[in-house]
Amino acid sequence: MKIVNTSIMKKDAMALVTGKPVYTDDIAPKDCLVIKLLRSPHAHALIEEINTDIAKKVPGIHSIFTYKDVPNKRFTMAGQTYPEPSPYDRLILDQRVRYVGDVVAIVAGENEKVVEKAMKLIKVKYQVLEAILDFRKAKDNKILIHPEDNWKALCPVGADNKRNLCAHANDGDENIDKVFEECDVVLQNTYHTKANQQTPMETFRAYATMDMFGRLNVVSSTQIPFHVRRIVANALDISKSKVRVIKPRIGGGFGAKQTAIMEVYPAFVTYMTGRNSKLIFTREESQTASSPRHEMEVTIKIGATKDGIIKAIDLYTLSNTGAYGEHGPTTVGLSGHKAIPLYSKAKSYRFRYDVVYTNTMSAGAYRGYGATQGIFAMESIIDELAEKLGINPITLREKNMVREGDLMPAYYRETANSCALDRCLERAKAMIDWDNKYPRRDMGNGKVRGVGLGFSMQGSSISNVDVGSVAIKVSDDGFYNLMVGATDMGTGCDTVLSQIAAECLDCSVDNIIVHGVDTDTSPYDSGSYASSTTYLTGMAVVKTCEKLITKIKTLGAQYLNVDVEKVDFDGKKVFDLEDNKEISLKDIANKAMCNNNNTLYASESHSSKVSPPPYMVGIAEVEVDTETGKVDVINYKAVVDCGTVVNPALARVQTEGGIAQGIGMALYEDVVYTNKGSLQTHSFMQYKIPTRKDVGTIEVQFESSYEPTGPFGVKSIGEVVINTSSPAIANAVYNAVGVRIRELPITPEKVFMGMLEKK
Amino acid sequence: MEIKLWINGKLTEDNIEPDTPLLEYVRSKGCLSVKRGCETSNCGLCTLWIDEKPVLSCTVLAARANGKHITTLEGLQEEAKEFGEFMAKEGADQCGYCNPGFIMNVLAMVRELKEFSDEDIKEYLVGNLCRCTGYMGQFRAVKAFLNYKRGGER
Repeated sequence: MKIVNTSIMKKDAMALVTGKPVYTDDIAPKDCLVIKLLRSPHAHALIEEINTDIAKKVPGIHSIFTYKDVPNKRFTMAGQTYPEPSPYDRLILDQRVRYVGDVVAIVAGENEKVVEKAMKLIKVKYQVLEAILDFRKAKDNKILIHPEDNWKALCPVGADNKRNLCAHANDGDENIDKVFEECDVVLQNTYHTKANQQTPMETFRAYATMDMFGRLNVVSSTQIPFHVRRIVANALDISKSKVRVIKPRIGGGFGAKQTAIMEVYPAFVTYMTGRNSKLIFTREESQTASSPRHEMEVTIKIGATKDGIIKAIDLYTLSNTGAYGEHGPTTVGLSGHKAIPLYSKAKSYRFRYDVVYTNTMSAGAYRGYGATQGIFAMESIIDELAEKLGINPITLREKNMVREGDLMPAYYRETANSCALDRCLERAKAMIDWDNKYPRRDMGNGKVRGVGLGFSMQGSSISNVDVGSVAIKVSDDGFYNLMVGATDMGTGCDTVLSQIAAECLDCSVDNIIVHGVDTDTSPYDSGSYASSTTYLTGMAVVKTCEKLITKIKTLGAQYLNVDVEKVDFDGKKVFDLEDNKEISLKDIANKAMCNNNNTLYASESHSSKVSPPPYMVGIAEVEVDTETGKVDVINYKAVVDCGTVVNPALARVQTEGGIAQGIGMALYEDVVYTNKGSLQTHSFMQYKIPTRKDVGTIEVQFESSYEPTGPFGVKSIGEVVINTSSPAIANAVYNAVGVRIRELPITPEKVFMGMLEKK
Repeated sequence: MEIKLWINGKLTEDNIEPDTPLLEYVRSKGCLSVKRGCETSNCGLCTLWIDEKPVLSCTVLAARANGKHITTLEGLQEEAKEFGEFMAKEGADQCGYCNPGFIMNVLAMVRELKEFSDEDIKEYLVGNLCRCTGYMGQFRAVKAFLNYKRGGER
């Protein structure tokens, strides 16, 4: 390989580092109506009266819309392949508001000031209803969050709106209790992970225009342009052919932009008024009315022999989807399906879950997507089991961990065809100098350092669902246009896919021109989520190149006047294997533009029957201040098996970023509501993400494996990298000061109180 | 109200609303590199210079810039490219949304500090948040850039 596995710069790097206007708000037309959303101050209420007459008289106000003005047809904002497993429980505007921040009215005017003035003049009379804020009380509560008759679940996910249930399932071995009886040691604990905000630096934003064909054009900072097209059409109850979605550069996603949080509002305003419109969420709106990680409570029961062979794992997850069900039925699955298989040698497993509605903001997709929550629980209880058995946590893992060739019953019975988890562990252990540092070192100044580890796995795309597609055409002088349907969120997929194409076509990356997503012209791609782009869309690139090379050879042979079987293509020319005849790609490309019936264009899709997991080992070294309980991450060492690495620099940075986000989740980040359901952590003042002084030193290495179903042996990397931070840090804190924290974040208060209790 | 200032060396006279934030004012003048990540002076994305000193323009009134020289990344294109290449080599440019504010602060740091340790670098840049990179790649880029500026290799 010449180009795959090299750290070339991203194709858009120079635009990004010189501050070029490439993002949604930079390119929005100047004459857009400015949109703002009037939001509910109540967690649960019915709108009895809403008067917009006075507000509409504010000079510069163009339109105000309420629930009376929108289609009464429910949809979901979840960015998922149709038919979405997420329930159709949304209206653009509803008479019932279900969380503090739910939208009550859409106000559009000539500028921000007039819109803000008008918002204050809208008179709303609410019938305030009792709210459910505690997700443990939601199931079968007499208060119903979605009592409406046109609520609809498209897929059989165990949803029942008359029970506040967004999803429910039982899976695995019904006779597991018998296996527990045979175990020498049985341990059960409950772990609680809170909602977290993805906080991409660019807040949610979109603008809409009407084009000359009378079609609605939506330009959005989104990970899921093709799903946005469907969601907008569903919301407005118009034909999908009337909607076009374009994705410019986007300022980070992390799953936040896998939900169409706000595109329907500018789409609706422009559809109703014919005017250009735009909506830019403030940071406060992005914190209060978006799609944070699902809060989950994971209870694990684990049974083992006294020499440390794990025989049974029983896992129950309670997940809080909030006011709406976006990604509720699907995130929860990963809490079991991507935690249990790490210890696939257990002969029995069971996985059950409930996903409930509450009157908090709707949860959604966030990097790790449920696996993060389940793995925190699993990797914590493994350490607790090790302690109970008196075995080193690494030894216990070595006895039970999944290895290459193993069947993973809890992972849809897939086999681990490529798995270097054992080598990752070996290497990470050496990187941190585990044997000399475990479990703790008293630094002598009131500070104690401890080490702890965590395993992680994820998938690579959603098996039998996701589709990645690309198209490549040969243009003048033989350069290639690569059209991708997958969204580059900054992680560099436009470049990575170009690298794969250049490798296949035997040319330089500079000879590949890449174009991001426009639903009118790009081939369909389900979107950039579920760690699918490099694995899945990358395979579509390989297939497309193969087809294109056949076409180039066919045309070249025709121009050389020889049989196609007798020629080959080396990236620069088609040549006769026997004679010295040859024709350059440049000449083929230019000749093909006159009197030719064989377009030098190919487009292929790819979907996978399996979702091969990448694996990772993360080891944290933390320092606990015994006087305050404050935890500092000093070192974080990680080794990742993502198959073949296409661009080491980009993969490394993505891993470091995932670990840092995980550190935030472990130590600080918490979405906190008042007892009335309004959000306290509504700005970066209160919601603290890590700064560069909070992450210690992160060091990343790769341990390669070869995934037979991926392009050049590739698996994914996007999500697996966030999952080890929380358990590794929790385990390190325990090893340092003997305090077991089972509820994130690991605040100084919790650690300090734990230390007091121990005394 | 009337204001008179220089944006990237160009004299600008305007009649503005008194409550206009500097961030919005410079964006309205085409300096679209200046981004807003929060409204509370927490993220550093809106960093620009007033008389060569970095400030957070989301919470500074445009009126405060009256009579002063404003610099944004549009006015430092060559330097942005020079440092940006180090970021791009590390893959630390990522989504790019925080890059302008971060680079404005890095370039200010290079002008302001004479000698500095790793801790000094982190301290100077601590107000520039980034959610993509985990900061390690940015740090490697800054270190490599400083080394190059002192006569080391690119």
